[in-house]
Formats: sequence, structure tokens, C-alpha cells
Amino acid sequence: MAETSSRFIGRSIKPYKSKRFVTGDGTYVSDVCLPNMLHAALLRSMHAHARIGAIDVKEALAIDGVVGVWTGRDIEERISPFPESFEIHPLPWLEGVKPVLQGPRPTALAKGKVHYVGEAVAIVVAADRHRAEDAVDAIGIEYEPLPVVVDPEESLQPGATLVHDGSNNNVVFSFSIEKGNVNRALGAQPTMLRERFRHHRYCAAPLEGRGVVAWVEPKTHMLTVWSSTQMPHLVRRQIAAQLDLAEENVRVIAPDIGGGFGPKVFVYPEEILIPFLALQLGRPVKWIEDRSEHFISTAHGRDQLHDIECAFDQEGRILALRDRFLLDNGAYNPMGLTDAYNTAAHLQGPYKIPNLSVSGTCVSTNKVPNAPYRGAGRPEAVFVMERCIDMIATRLHLDPAEVRRRNFIQPQEMPYQAGILYRDGQPVCYDSGDYPETMNRALQGAGYTELRARQPELRRSGRYVGVGIACYVEGTGVGSFEGAKVRIDASGRVIITTGASSHGQGHETVFAQIAADLWGLTPEQVSVVEGDTASIPFGCGTFASRSTVTVGSAIHGASAQLKDKLLQVAAHMLEANPDDLELAGGRVSVRGLPQRAVSFSELARAAVPGWASKLPAGLAPGLEATFYFEPRTVTWANAVHVAVIEVDIEIGTIKLLDYVVAHDAGKLINPLLADGQVHGGVAQGIGAALYEELAYDENGQLLSGSFVNYLLPGSMEVPKIKIFHLESPSPLNPLGVKGLGEGGAIAPPAAIANALADALSPFAPRVNAIPLTPDLVLELLAQKEVRSEASAV
Amino acid sequence: MTTHCAIEMTVNDKRYTGLVEPRLSLADFLRDHLGLTGTHVGCEQGICGSCTILLNGETVRSCLLFAVQAHGATIVTIEGLAAKAKSGDRLHPIQQGFLETVGFQCGFCTPGFLMTTYEFLQENPSPSEEEIRERLTGNLCRCTGYQNIVAAVQWAAERLRAR
Ligand code: FES
Ligand code: FES
Repeated sequence: MAETSSRFIGRSIKPYKSKRFVTGDGTYVSDVCLPNMLHAALLRSMHAHARIGAIDVKEALAIDGVVGVWTGRDIEERISPFPESFEIHPLPWLEGVKPVLQGPRPTALAKGKVHYVGEAVAIVVAADRHRAEDAVDAIGIEYEPLPVVVDPEESLQPGATLVHDGSNNNVVFSFSIEKGNVNRALGAQPTMLRERFRHHRYCAAPLEGRGVVAWVEPKTHMLTVWSSTQMPHLVRRQIAAQLDLAEENVRVIAPDIGGGFGPKVFVYPEEILIPFLALQLGRPVKWIEDRSEHFISTAHGRDQLHDIECAFDQEGRILALRDRFLLDNGAYNPMGLTDAYNTAAHLQGPYKIPNLSVSGTCVSTNKVPNAPYRGAGRPEAVFVMERCIDMIATRLHLDPAEVRRRNFIQPQEMPYQAGILYRDGQPVCYDSGDYPETMNRALQGAGYTELRARQPELRRSGRYVGVGIACYVEGTGVGSFEGAKVRIDASGRVIITTGASSHGQGHETVFAQIAADLWGLTPEQVSVVEGDTASIPFGCGTFASRSTVTVGSAIHGASAQLKDKLLQVAAHMLEANPDDLELAGGRVSVRGLPQRAVSFSELARAAVPGWASKLPAGLAPGLEATFYFEPRTVTWANAVHVAVIEVDIEIGTIKLLDYVVAHDAGKLINPLLADGQVHGGVAQGIGAALYEELAYDENGQLLSGSFVNYLLPGSMEVPKIKIFHLESPSPLNPLGVKGLGEGGAIAPPAAIANALADALSPFAPRVNAIPLTPDLVLELLAQKEVRSEASAV
Repeated sequence: MTTHCAIEMTVNDKRYTGLVEPRLSLADFLRDHLGLTGTHVGCEQGICGSCTILLNGETVRSCLLFAVQAHGATIVTIEGLAAKAKSGDRLHPIQQGFLETVGFQCGFCTPGFLMTTYEFLQENPSPSEEEIRERLTGNLCRCTGYQNIVAAVQWAAERLRAR
């Protein structure tokens, strides 16, 4: 196929077909309304850990309009349990890392005992949601409370309460990786950091919670399920497997989705229960999560505790790093080692670290399950690494930017082998990028040198202004695959179908831009169909900054195949040689003879079976090709964030004065939409750094279960973000692209924590945990005296 | 326990009547009874602002009101916003502004922001960026980081001033 001309790739085109979002015509799951529809509500455990005794549903069933109540007992024979995790482990990774994987298998409704506040215990179906909730309140249930374990370190102690019956301890997943010889390197080096870092528990909180509608067509028994999911194909597979149905009789649609960000990447109990009930009752059933349920039933994220030792020389070069960390799983971890292993694989960041040892342990506690949230293990790694770099700078009285420069992998060292395995089983190999230049751009954008020059004067006038840098690399576009079907229909339009599903990223536009360039069309002449299992047999979904890379490449592959066929048909019709043909404006013409041409529409109508066919002999009917892109490994994006903050040391508040991002995600398809992804990610990272926390009390009760005390950043908290793009093309895919959906959220906690440590440097604060609430800031200030004595030792 | 109340109200210039339970929220009435699903429910707790509508010309959170409280009221929802444009325009300048500056991603919060902006620009046709940000604090967006939303309001304000 001829080289792609870049008429649309790289342009800031506004999203297509978006009018529905400003007219109220978007269709989210909660907008799906079917005749004769019933409504479900769930009884959720109020206890963090308890045995379930007798359940009395009589009163609930007596309520007018209630159709039925189901408990764990009622479904145990009919809905098989969930897998221990939805993570797929490639063989080379299993062999290389040899992880421990022994997670418990959750059931759709709790059976025997409950493991966290929020776990589903029973489900009610009624004529409307109010009645369903009345019935939930009327269920009588006896619990025998059990001791609760909420602290991940305690859960590891001998004799600790066991979260799951039948287990020997609370460890469910663990692994360690090593390169070089960390023991020797640490032993040989006197200058050392020994620190404990905590990256707390918070959550994605998409503005639309989860929701499921299921409907069985009474005559064909075809089950259609609408779900607010990032993974329609996985949901279909799981429904079929757990309800023992044929996959071809199950269709899952992900309609407009009101934000995903990670926790919608696996399959939840309700996604199995609601289809089950629709099948049982022969009527459509709908369940929409409310916000209070969301906080106790949709997966939380992060929650890691790191103990590190880091050796460095007098120039600030890191010689060795050992990190032992705990990840608080909560009661289950549906994505297995995804987060924990990502943390390990990203810990080195853009730096040369000759000796590294990382061990991660995921432990069960009586809390909501933990799963990937935008960044998925990377913000935790970056927080650790970037705090270390700044601490080294402080110890050696060096500028933190200079310490980074001394440790950076240099552009001429690309591709760079980082010496460990990625979770796809391939060696981590940074494919392209210029890390020093990315940092230069960010520092220039922030006016770093001038800020540093002004700092002493600001301090003298009582202003605590700090600058924080955070760098990261991000493996993007992970496998195992994504597909695209490219089809030309009788109207001459190019139709792209994929298993990915957009929830605000602007896929439609980006994929149309790619296809338009490949086909010599305008993006308006391309249609994109997503989020429907009926439209393409296999799909992974949208997560892990992967869609532009994987779908873009699949569109490229499928287009190449289809173009080949199209040219053969055209050559036959025009009585020309395929090599003499060219494609433009929806037509194929003989080069130099534009009037000898045939349109895509004519070609589509010729490429049919039967009497109307004008196909050359031996060519199968239909203008359609499907290509599944299976990336051998990820492509590495990188970025540098700079936060400028001012601290009010009287009341402990932090104000963001400036926020700069220099970002390299390879070739950009649409800078305007890329900026939007960065803005949103940074806003979430700011929330994580300063405001959002899912805190539990010692009884395992969630203390911040509503937007009243779980504070999302608003329009006053998120500053204007300055973005600078660099474009180091990826050599690993035909478009040269890298992923960028998650990036924005990865660095803000580290950048802002570094800025705080910098702002308060006269007090030598130990900024080792987030969120940086006013209380924490005041506490750091109060520790000043103690600290200066300790460091004199 | 379930007594029903007869209510009537004008929504987007159309008169509607309904027979509702007293506990039915106004948001649910608009969405489930009238099929006006553009009003979104993000929290049911009065925090997120996705359910913002105009009730007798003022913004309210429709999740915090009962349908019966809106008896006799005149309501505008997102579906009625375009009709507030100059005749001949298919979209209101505020809607155009959000499209121009890409003031949305998933679109879930968008109707609430549009309704808030509608009221705001009537009160303050030439707001500064700071004033816009201040006024938008009652609406949460998890996707955009607000930057493009602020730009959308600026775009719309300019367009409205020009006409
Ligand atoms: S749904 Fe009404 S304020 Fe959130
Ligand atoms: S666009 Fe998704 S919440 Fe605002």
C-alpha cells in the first residue's frame, strides 16, 4: 500500500457526531427504557466481616410490586463463581517472574460470609426502583460479626484474621524481580535513603456510575445487555460462561459511557445477575448504581505502602534501589497483579538504575476490592521514584533537575533495555524518546530558572512558593490484541468497526482521521462503530492507554488488505493493471487518466455474490477486511510535569500557581483531543494529591462515602494547564503512535509532593504520603523540631 | 402508603400532567415519566450538578426536589435549550461554544454545565475567567479538567454579546 498521506493525521479536528452531548441526546445505560421493564436493587453488607445467618424475605416479598428476592443460596447452583482475576498471564511472564497467584473466587452474591461493607448479599426485582429499595430494607438478615482486618500490615501478622475461609494467610498475589546485585550495591554504599512511602486509597469516581439493562427477546431467546463497561466483549464472555449460554446468543452493548478510567474494565456481579434475572423472569431488568453504592461496590484504586532503600554516589547517581511494597487488595483483586506489577515495571522511570530489586505483595483486607484506576500502578511508582530523586538532591545540595539530568537515559541510548520483564512477558525496552529534552521543555514552560532565582526573595517576604518536578515513562498500547473491521458499503462509505469502546476519548474522530488518510477520504466519509459485540467477533476494550496504538494499527492492517482487494476489483472493471491505479476522493482511477475511474460505491455494488457480481474470477464477494493487531510489546511514552505551588503555612492549604506538562506520546493524531486527555488526567491527579481519600475506620466502615466528604476537584482547584508536545515516533507500529489516555494522572501526586517539600524546605519536611491535606501540611510543619534533632544523629 | 398526586407543569414550552408518588424526585419524573433523559443524575445528593435545570427561570438541582414541588412550575431542561436560541439557529450559542472548544468528553456532566451557564450569562454577560470558574464550582466534571469548559463559556459569552 502506498504511504499514508497526512492530510488529517496530526490535525486538531473537533470531535465528530458530538452534537448529542450538548442537546441531551446522548444515550447512557440509565437512559435505556424498555416496555414492561423491571427494576433491581441490591442488599449490601453493612458489616466488613461477618457470617451470614438466617435471611428472611417474607416481608420483602409481601410488598406490592415486588417480583422476587434472590440470595447467594438461590443462585449458587445457577451462576458459577467469578475467576480469581481477569488478568491474562502470558507464558513468558509466568516463567520469567514466577508469581504467586492464589486469589479467592468471588460469587455474584455473598455466600456464608461477607468480606467488606458493600458486598452484595441479595437482589430484589420490583416494578420500580422505589419498591425494590423498600423491599431491600424489609429483608431481615442475621449477621454474626467477625474480627475485621483493615490494615494491610496487620493482615500479614501471624494469627491475623483471615479474610477468606480456607486460606492460610492473607497474601493472594506476590512476586519479586531483580536485576544486577542489589545486596552488594547497597552494602558497598554509605549514602543511602531509607524511606517509607504511602500512596493512599482513592477512586476513579466517573460521573456516571455503573449500570446494567438486560433483555431477552422472547421468541429467539437472544439476550441483549447494555452495560456501562469499558470491555463489552469480556462482559459477553463472562455472561456466557457463568450462565452457561452460547456466546452467539449474547450481545453486549456499551452505549455512551459517562466516564470509565479503569474500574469499568472487568466484570461485576451485577453484570451477571441482571442478565440472569432477565432470563429467569422473561422481562427486561434494569439496575442503575447510585452514588452511595458506587463508593462501596465499584473498585477502589492505588493503596500501596513502599519501603525503599536507595544508594547513590556523591554526584547524585543512583546505584541501587530496593523496594518492598504492599498493595492493599481489599477483599478481592479482580485484576490480579496488574497494578502491582505495573508499579514494579515502571519504578525505574526514565533513569539508569544498575541494580534493582522490587517485591510486591497483594494482601486481602476487609475493604472494597482494589483494581486499576487511570495509571494503574504507575502513579504509585512515580511517587516513590520522584520523591527519592528530590531527597537525593536535598541531601547533596543539588538542584533536583540536575540530579534528574545525571540519571537520565540519553536519547542516543535508545532503544534502551531496562533489564526487567514487562507484564506482556517481553523485556522492558524503551523504544524512543528524548528524556532530557522533555524535561527542558517543561522547565522552560514553567520558567524554572527564574522561579529558582526568585525563591529566596519570596521566602524573605514570607511566601512559601515551591516547584516540583516529576518525570515518568509509560508502557502504552499493551496487547494482547485489538481488531478493526474495515468495510466499504454500497454508498461508498468506509465503515470501521472495533472492539474498543469510547467513553469520552474521541475515538470516533481519531479513528476516522486515520482511516481518512489511509483511504484518501475526508473523516466525514468514514463511520466508526464501537462498543457492540454484535459488530466484531473479538475485542479487548478500552483501557491502559491502548486504543490509538492498537486500533489505529489494526485499521492500518485491515485497510492494507482491503485496498489490495479493491484494486483488484477496480483493475478488472477498468481493464487496467492494479499497479497503474490510484485512489482519491472515493474513486479509483487509472493514473494520468482521471476520467477512467470507478467509485467506491460502484465497486461495492460490483463486489457482490450472484448475478450482479462483476468480480474477477477467484475473488470472494464483499469489500471487507478484518485485522487483529497483536503488539509484540508496549511502546513507551514519556512526560515531565512541573507543579508550582504556594503554601499558606498558617492554615496548611496549598494553591496551585502553575502546572506544566511536556508530553511525548509519539506521533499525535489529534493534538486537540490529546490535550483534553492530559487536562482530565492532571485534574484527577490533583484530586489524588490534595483532596481525595477513601478512609476506613477500624471496623472497616468507609468514612468518605459520598461527594460531601470525598472531594472531587472543581473548577477553582484545577488551574490552567500548559502543555508542550514532543513527538518521538514509535518504531513499533505503522503509525508511530503511543498511548496517552492515562498519562496526565500519573505524575501530579509526585510533582505536587515535590513542590510541597520544596516550598517548605526551611522546615525540612518529610513528605512521604498523600493526600496533602491542610492537616498533613500543619503536621509536617510541627515536626520540624523533632526532625532537625534526628538528622543530627 | 402509596397515594398518588396529580401534578402539572410546563416543560420546554409543553404542558404535561402526571400522577406521581410524593417521593418521586423531579429528576426521575423528567427522565422516566417524560422521557427527557438529557437531565443526568450523577449523585442524587445535590453535589455534582449534572441534574441542573431551570425552574421558573432559576437553576435548581432536580435530584433534590420532589416532582410534586414543581407542580405548576415552568421548567427548561437541556432538551429545551436550543429553542432559546435566536430563531433560525439550530443550537444555542452556549451549545455551540461547548462544541467549538470541546468542553466535554464523556458528556455526562455537560447538560448541567450548559444550564448553569445559561443562567450565569444572563446575570453576567461579560464574566472574567475567575468569575466563570467561581460560578462553575457547583458543577463537577471528572473528564475535562474544566479548561475547555471555561473556554466554552467565554466563547458563548462573546457570541451572545455580539448579537
Ligand atoms: S444528581 Fe443532582 S446534584 Fe448530582
Ligand atoms: S465530560 Fe465526563 S464528566 Fe464532564
